[in-house]
Amino acid sequence: MDMVAGKVKMTQQTLESSMDPMSSLRPVRIEARDVTVHYGAKQALFGISIEIPDRAVTSFIGPSGCGKSTFLRCINRMNDTIEGAKVGGVIKLDGEDIYDSALDVVELRARIGMVFQKPNPFPKSIYDNVAYGPRIHGLASSKADLDEIVVSSLRKAGLFEEVKDRLAEPGTGLSGGQQQRLCIARAIAVGPEVILMDEPCSALDPIATAVIEELIDELRENYTIVIVTHSMQQAARVSQKTAFFHLGNLIEEGPTEQIFTNPVNKQTQDYIMGRIG
Amino acid sequence: MNAYIIAALLIVLLGVAYQTGWSKSRSLVTADGARVHSRPQYHAALVAVWALVPTLLILALYGYFSSGFTRAYVVSQLPPDVVTGLDQNGLNALVARVRAIASGYGVAGEVQPYENSAGFALRQFQTIAFMVVIAAAAGTGILALLYARARITPRLRARNRVERIVNLVLLACSAVAILTTVGIVASLVTEAFRFFTFVNPLDFFFGTVWAPRFSSTGAGNAGQFGLLPLLSGTFLIAIIAMATAVPIGLMTAIYLSQYAPRSLRAVVKPVIEILAGIPTIVYGFFALVTVGPFLRDLGASIGLSISATSALTAGVVMGIMIIPFISSLSDDILNQVPRSLRDGAYGLGATQSETIRQVLLPAALPGIVGAFLLAVSRAIGETMIVVLAAGNSPVLRGNPLEPVSTITVSIVNQLTGDTDFTGPQSLVGFALGLTLFVMTLVLNIVALYIVRRFREQYE
Repeated sequence: MDMVAGKVKMTQQTLESSMDPMSSLRPVRIEARDVTVHYGAKQALFGISIEIPDRAVTSFIGPSGCGKSTFLRCINRMNDTIEGAKVGGVIKLDGEDIYDSALDVVELRARIGMVFQKPNPFPKSIYDNVAYGPRIHGLASSKADLDEIVVSSLRKAGLFEEVKDRLAEPGTGLSGGQQQRLCIARAIAVGPEVILMDEPCSALDPIATAVIEELIDELRENYTIVIVTHSMQQAARVSQKTAFFHLGNLIEEGPTEQIFTNPVNKQTQDYIMGRIG
Repeated sequence: MNAYIIAALLIVLLGVAYQTGWSKSRSLVTADGARVHSRPQYHAALVAVWALVPTLLILALYGYFSSGFTRAYVVSQLPPDVVTGLDQNGLNALVARVRAIASGYGVAGEVQPYENSAGFALRQFQTIAFMVVIAAAAGTGILALLYARARITPRLRARNRVERIVNLVLLACSAVAILTTVGIVASLVTEAFRFFTFVNPLDFFFGTVWAPRFSSTGAGNAGQFGLLPLLSGTFLIAIIAMATAVPIGLMTAIYLSQYAPRSLRAVVKPVIEILAGIPTIVYGFFALVTVGPFLRDLGASIGLSISATSALTAGVVMGIMIIPFISSLSDDILNQVPRSLRDGAYGLGATQSETIRQVLLPAALPGIVGAFLLAVSRAIGETMIVVLAAGNSPVLRGNPLEPVSTITVSIVNQLTGDTDFTGPQSLVGFALGLTLFVMTLVLNIVALYIVRRFREQYE
């Protein structure tokens, strides 16, 4: 019953959001200009420029290998951990260059959370998984504080009711969808402003996917969300702004409604219609 | 000469059989165009197997029985009064003399005429027997070959049969290792039981004095065979070795797998693994000549009296020997931790050191513990370093700065030189070996169990 109600609610919100030209109303949170990425000698991104609105869901779509995940990983500098990766251009978060040498990458990643393609809970208890971020960043001054953060993060991720009796059990014992929501709770617990999601539903079944999509829709009230997805339906369902990537280039971006109903570019149109990718 | 003839026979038979099978099989294809089940090389291999197996069987039977036959023949050629006048040993010696004469080697002492004639007869007998056997073997081989050739039809499932034969050969090869292990364990166990008929097992396992008199010093007193001094020395050295190797090896593994640039790692990792290829006797020299005196001088300069050959010297050098073992295994295990876990920690804003300490190491811990246990079992079984550097002093004491002895060293001491395996002085080696084997076996089983559980978690 809950599921059905959730779907109905989501559909309503999607309709509202598509009627509302989000990208122009919301202030810009992240601004990228001429971003390029090289992996060794191979160039993966060719001058990406895009603005990502505050408290809205922006989706990146495109065929495999088009650079959408690569660009996502530029936003929290995860490409730093890949040997031989070189990022050029400018990415600003609230007007601050995130590749500036004065900025500490650890602080940046605390502000920009990330959820990965495959659920990757640590081999620790459910509680410790969520408490990990707050602990390393010293966000809780007491055990009670930490409990509070863990419970509220699990609640926001819609997982608390399912796991409240087994917080001490390993997070790896949950189902795939639950693990992914645990990872979302883990990201939320650090108190980020932006959440990046790299194909968060690609390893999940349709029911778990629906639950996560509903969750994403709720989260955009408080967070700026960027989601990479293979599924155009998913982009249409959850996002207010959509960007289409192809072969390392940003082909077209705009309100989701417009991209899916009235794309300007021929390539975008072909992809939407299922002719490429 | 005979060996060459046999080898030539077998090679020729193999070649001819293979060729025959091949051409017969090919002729099937061209003749009536029927679909042939197996390709020519399978038919050829099957014919070759058919031809060789009976031939080898006959040769093996000849090899097994020829000694008995020639002996019977020699005895029959000797004058009966000579034979009846000799006891078993004398007859054996006489037969051996006749054989030596027959094969053309000289014999000591004066050659009796009957020896000479028997030798001559034996020589003829052997030549004829060999020719008969070779002819029989070759004839059987050819008959088998022809039979196998005649059986080749398009529907003969030669491939399946050859594959089954190969399967059996592979099985036999893998059985060699297992049977050898079983044999070694069986001989250890039986000899150890013989030892326990001389010495009470309780005195062995719980005795605190190790003083095995050598048999030459009098059979009346068997000496004392207390295991505990050796066990304490073994563990003392193993603990020192692990205390040296674990921190260094683990840090090396962390550096190589997490911090080192790929180009450095490509050079350093093989170089460290070369350490594992140095013969342990060379580590023994190193301990004896360099590390021991160095530790002694170091101890003297800070007012400690350290023996040049001591548990400390042997332990430290053994630790150095084990470093590549631990670093290499731990490095592999750290690399096996899925990248997604690392990314997850980085994505939460964890620093590299936090990620390693709080996420990677806990995730890799079971595997690393398994590597440690394997290293411990190596340390316990290591011999050459302790022979040279531990000082060979089998006294029960806990001071690592003084000489000790270990189980392996005592085995070497008890079993080198002239030994007869009738008294406890040498049989104790088997009891010690069995103890050592059980210890390392348990460690290995525990380690493999832990490593396997870790693998299941992530693959």
